[in-house]
Amino acid sequence: MEVGIVSYGAYVPRYRITPQEIGRVWGSDGEAMSKSLMIYSKSVPAPDEDVITIATEAAKNMMRRVPGVDPKDIGALYVGSESHPYAVKPSGTIVAEAIGCSTDMTVADFEFACKAGTAAMQTCMGLVGSGMVKYGVAIGADTSQGAPGDPLEYSASAGGASFLIGAKDMIAVINHTSSFTTDTPDFWRREGQDYPSHGGRFTGEPAYFKHVTSAAKLVLKRTGSQPADYQYAVFHQPNGKFPQRVAKMLGFTDKQVEVGLLTPRIGNTYSGAVPLGLSAVLDVAQPGERIFVVAYGSGAGADGFDITVTDGIARMDRSAAPLVSHYIEDKRVIDYATYAKFRGKIRVKEEVA
Amino acid sequence: MREVAVIGIGDTKFGELWDLSFRDLGMQAGLLAVNDAKLAAEDIDALYVGNMSAGRFIEQEHVAALIADYSGLARDNIPATRIEAAGASGGLAFREGYLAVASGMHDIVVVGGAEKMTDVGDVFANEIQSSAADTQWEVVFGATFPALHAMIARRHMHEFGTTREQIAQVAVKNHKHGALNPKAQFQREIELSTVLKSPQVAEPLGVFDCAPLSDGAAAVVLCSMDKARSYTTKPVRIVASSQASDTLALHARSSITSFKSTQVAAREAFRLARKTPADVQLAEVHDNFTISEILAIEDLGFFPKGQGGKATMDGETMLGGKVAVNTSGGLKARGDPIGATGVAQIVEIVQQLRGEAGRRQVPDALLGLAHNVGGTGATAVVSLLEVA
Amino acid sequence: MATARFWRENPSRYNLKAVRCGNCGKVFFPPRAVCSVCHRKSIGKMQCMNLKGEGEVYSYTVVHEAPSQFEVLKPYVVAMVKMDEGVMLTSQLIDSDPKDVKIGMRVKTTLRRIGEDGPGGVIYYGYKFAPMKV
Repeated sequence: MEVGIVSYGAYVPRYRITPQEIGRVWGSDGEAMSKSLMIYSKSVPAPDEDVITIATEAAKNMMRRVPGVDPKDIGALYVGSESHPYAVKPSGTIVAEAIGCSTDMTVADFEFACKAGTAAMQTCMGLVGSGMVKYGVAIGADTSQGAPGDPLEYSASAGGASFLIGAKDMIAVINHTSSFTTDTPDFWRREGQDYPSHGGRFTGEPAYFKHVTSAAKLVLKRTGSQPADYQYAVFHQPNGKFPQRVAKMLGFTDKQVEVGLLTPRIGNTYSGAVPLGLSAVLDVAQPGERIFVVAYGSGAGADGFDITVTDGIARMDRSAAPLVSHYIEDKRVIDYATYAKFRGKIRVKEEVA
Repeated sequence: MREVAVIGIGDTKFGELWDLSFRDLGMQAGLLAVNDAKLAAEDIDALYVGNMSAGRFIEQEHVAALIADYSGLARDNIPATRIEAAGASGGLAFREGYLAVASGMHDIVVVGGAEKMTDVGDVFANEIQSSAADTQWEVVFGATFPALHAMIARRHMHEFGTTREQIAQVAVKNHKHGALNPKAQFQREIELSTVLKSPQVAEPLGVFDCAPLSDGAAAVVLCSMDKARSYTTKPVRIVASSQASDTLALHARSSITSFKSTQVAAREAFRLARKTPADVQLAEVHDNFTISEILAIEDLGFFPKGQGGKATMDGETMLGGKVAVNTSGGLKARGDPIGATGVAQIVEIVQQLRGEAGRRQVPDALLGLAHNVGGTGATAVVSLLEVA
Repeated sequence: MATARFWRENPSRYNLKAVRCGNCGKVFFPPRAVCSVCHRKSIGKMQCMNLKGEGEVYSYTVVHEAPSQFEVLKPYVVAMVKMDEGVMLTSQLIDSDPKDVKIGMRVKTTLRRIGEDGPGGVIYYGYKFAPMKV
């Protein structure tokens, strides 16, 4: 059975902070950081936003594009993130209720650093493909934090996207998925710790590049494809440069990577990164076009996908929900103090009655 | 139903009364009232206490029993009842006491109101006060009690062209009156510019548009009219006391620029009294916010709807004006210990009708009106009193 | 620990669950068992529905003195919004400069964190209003 994407929806919070502003506070050269990361601003969630509200808005946008789909037919919903509001209590149940799902469905939260959302997509593909559910929803969303002054603070941002996976009326068929998985401790956060830790330059070659290229090669080999067969390529994007570098390594061009590369404008949305990049592509893709996707999650693993856009996309009113470009443009720049207040980095007094 | 009179009154100063506990306050006001009526404790048949939230302010419920006990009335095992309707608790307690005597059930009752608001921090006190509104559907979303009134103000400005200055003038006037009242929390006159420049609470209302947090208590003694003159040479007759309710949430009303509860209670009170607003010389109205007084003087029938701001600015509600509103200083300057306010209004009216109001005396005061509101108008009680 | 008291209202807080009187058509939010207009005639005739989430600002204010749990948001806008179904709701108005808020402005609900039962307690989610994107 063919399975694929029936609908999609995105959401990015409107606040932004620049590397220059972060550098100013920590006595670092923010301009140089901005250039080396190829990040010009990153998104910041408001104090009343979190992965659950972001996932809900993305999922609602996804449903707005398919008014003919009854949320009661959703058989599974998974939210992948590394910043779930609760350590124990799923984000997915709240999102499911908020979009009108029935009680007759299964939910779980996923974690695998930045590839939790795509792992959820693979799971939904299996459930739909086996006939166990009619529709599955896979969401990748994050409100990731970087330790104050740490290089990660320049890139860790917030956003998410949601995909409705099904076997009928698809706007894009997922022809194939393969993953490359090892135990590689390049980036982690221990239970109870506020901020993640990372292995510095270890996060490059033995982590991101090894896994992304390996998964990519598996997909190309198993589908018998060449990079030139694709109109778009979406790679995980912890900064603006890694995707361009890995594209070159694999034989993809900057042009193929361009539409799905959002990190320079909104930072690294972690589990939301590839889902948002793919959403940006779906906003403009035409029937028959092919999309190559590889997500990467530290720890480590990469999920690769070969996707073909169908005629169905031309029948969909994509403007029924805001496009990714809308969220990128609808922005409000804030200073470091406001950012620290929003992100709870300032220790406040516990209220005494 | 027989006629009822007020034969004794008493009140504490209102303010931040650090040395006085809730028990001290209730007792002080009660004893003053009982002494004023020259009563013996055994003469009292029942006690009614208005209090909004002793449970949260001082972690004490069951306060009618408490006051009865500490005023020495409990030894006679008198019935003691606590009445609660947020800001209208005192006014409702007064009405319940009135009905008890009018019905013939009791001959002499004491009605008290008390609130101790400063034993908790300001932020928490304001949160407690907000529970007068709809906590599930207004407050939990961030609509504070001042915010709700600010939205009323903005809508009044939008519908009638009422100006910010007209609204602020209410505070100026009430402080002017308060300066004449030795029991008032604030006894200093203020300028209009002070009100306009005061720190914002919820736009367009600032600190000076809002009544303060206060401690205080007030009490009155009610007696059947036929026995009143054996206790006092100046009994004041209760002509009517009417009460009405409305939706708890402001957003459930069909209009937010008037309190239908005030209109209904007032209409009923005037009907029972066979009087009109033009017959009233003085009124104590519920100005927990400046805008509330503007709504009140319109809803009570003193001025046409939408004209309350202009009337205030033109001095028509000043001592010496068409109708003297809040000669006590109102909630704004006199203070607003929530449960005590409604009873304190009666104390002021009675003093005025007896001719004992000193520098703030309204000349030829014959008929006075007390108006007490709970929440954003979910409860209103209007009482009319006259020289007997 | 008020978990049940908040959880009970989730259908209305998440999905704007309301009722319509089958007798006169008046919509109530939150749902009630009896129409306040039709009284007895409405019993058994109240129909469940979800509000669409769109309406216009009826009045608003900017809150500067905030309760403890809203300190981090202040100053914030609170609005009373007349929904297209005729019923009015009260909540915060976000994603808008306070000086741009006007009576009559079109707004739409979105799910946001409304509060929490302390840093270790349950998080409450519910509706806030945002300007309708043209």
